[in-house]
Amino acid sequence: MVEILRHGWLLARKDLLVEFRSRTAILSAVVFTVLVLLVFNFGRDPTAVAAVDLAPSILWVTFTFAAVLALNRAFQLELENQALDGLLLAPVSRASIYLGKLVANLIFVAVVEGVGLPLFALFFNVAILPVLGPLLVVIALATVGFVAVGTLFSAMTARTRFAELLLPVLLLPFMLPPLIWAVFATAALLAGRPLSEATAWLRFLAAFDLVFVTLAFLLFPATVNE
Amino acid sequence: MNLLKAGRWITALGLVLLAGVYVRALAFTPIERTQGVAQKIFYLHVPAAIWTETAMILVGLASVFFLFLKDPRLDRFAEASAEAGIVFGSIVLTTGPIWGKPIWGTWWTWDARLTLTLLLFLMYVGYLLLRGAVTDAGLRARYAAVLGICGACLVPFVHLSVIMFRTLHPQPIILKPGPPSLPAEMLVTFLLSFGVFTMLYVGFVMQRYALSLLREEARHA
Repeated sequence: MVEILRHGWLLARKDLLVEFRSRTAILSAVVFTVLVLLVFNFGRDPTAVAAVDLAPSILWVTFTFAAVLALNRAFQLELENQALDGLLLAPVSRASIYLGKLVANLIFVAVVEGVGLPLFALFFNVAILPVLGPLLVVIALATVGFVAVGTLFSAMTARTRFAELLLPVLLLPFMLPPLIWAVFATAALLAGRPLSEATAWLRFLAAFDLVFVTLAFLLFPATVNE
Repeated sequence: MNLLKAGRWITALGLVLLAGVYVRALAFTPIERTQGVAQKIFYLHVPAAIWTETAMILVGLASVFFLFLKDPRLDRFAEASAEAGIVFGSIVLTTGPIWGKPIWGTWWTWDARLTLTLLLFLMYVGYLLLRGAVTDAGLRARYAAVLGICGACLVPFVHLSVIMFRTLHPQPIILKPGPPSLPAEMLVTFLLSFGVFTMLYVGFVMQRYALSLLREEARHA
């Protein structure tokens, strides 16, 4: 168990180091997020729809697209020079490989969301500070769900044709239930309704995370074993 | 190929009987009091919907067993069942709006069951797209099984998220606790139609199964 965690962390660190050295993917993802926010600003009629009514949708559509974009990268990295084969030959368990990819992806997406959230508040004049704590919990729970399924699927799609297109097609149906709950919870929080109104959605999000993280650990070996 | 031929015969017979069911539904089954003639689509819509969901459940089960047993027959069956499920799903998603327009006054609404059916449909289109995008047969079978299992696990969550929407959809009248609440003639028509759809499912799956078998043989030859 400790071994799995240690190897997982080593793999995650490797991925993040590769990312940190080049910074291409993370910068592109951040810029993409800012652009989606801009698109949203011009995609609505400001005289007809108040920004706050649209705020939860803007936030979650932006985060969904940013996550899909970020997840494509995880296993594509391993295709060059058959790095994946090297990884599979290394004396680490399959669970560690999945864990490493999951953690690296989570950190990657968290950084993108960390930039996106303040900009969202700034651009759309949404007061997120009073509900920042619960909002971060919602974002964290939803992101774990997105990324757990996405990491599993990107291990499969990376080795197919049209990987960039296939991943969103497979992943978006799985993102919809957490997206629905996250939007409801965010709307309740931003409207200043009592916290108890959001807890039901949080429970659903937590249940989704639990089921799909477990499932991904169980199924991941089937996607890489020869 | 005997399987292919048998599948063709069953499908052809099913289609002929389907026409027969519709003669019975239109001419010899009473017209529903509030919905009028629009209700006749029920004999097409509901059996197709039941077989859409059943086909998807069978894909999930076949996927689970495939990962344990590694039997290529299970993978071939899962593929055939997903394809048949998509056909029935298309029937459900086309007949639904045709009924919805005169009865609800709208072609589409984000109602619980409509959303669920659409999402399932899209998920299994994705399943077939994934199969099409992988060239190696062994890899394709494993990838498809992983996606099939994830899909089956997603269904309860979709149910959870959509039951919170208020529903316009008629409540179940056949598959529910207690006896079916419709007149005997309608029930007989429905059951005949359900039998015909079962034949069509079996016929479709047999044909597609035989086809993937032939495809594999052609590749090895």
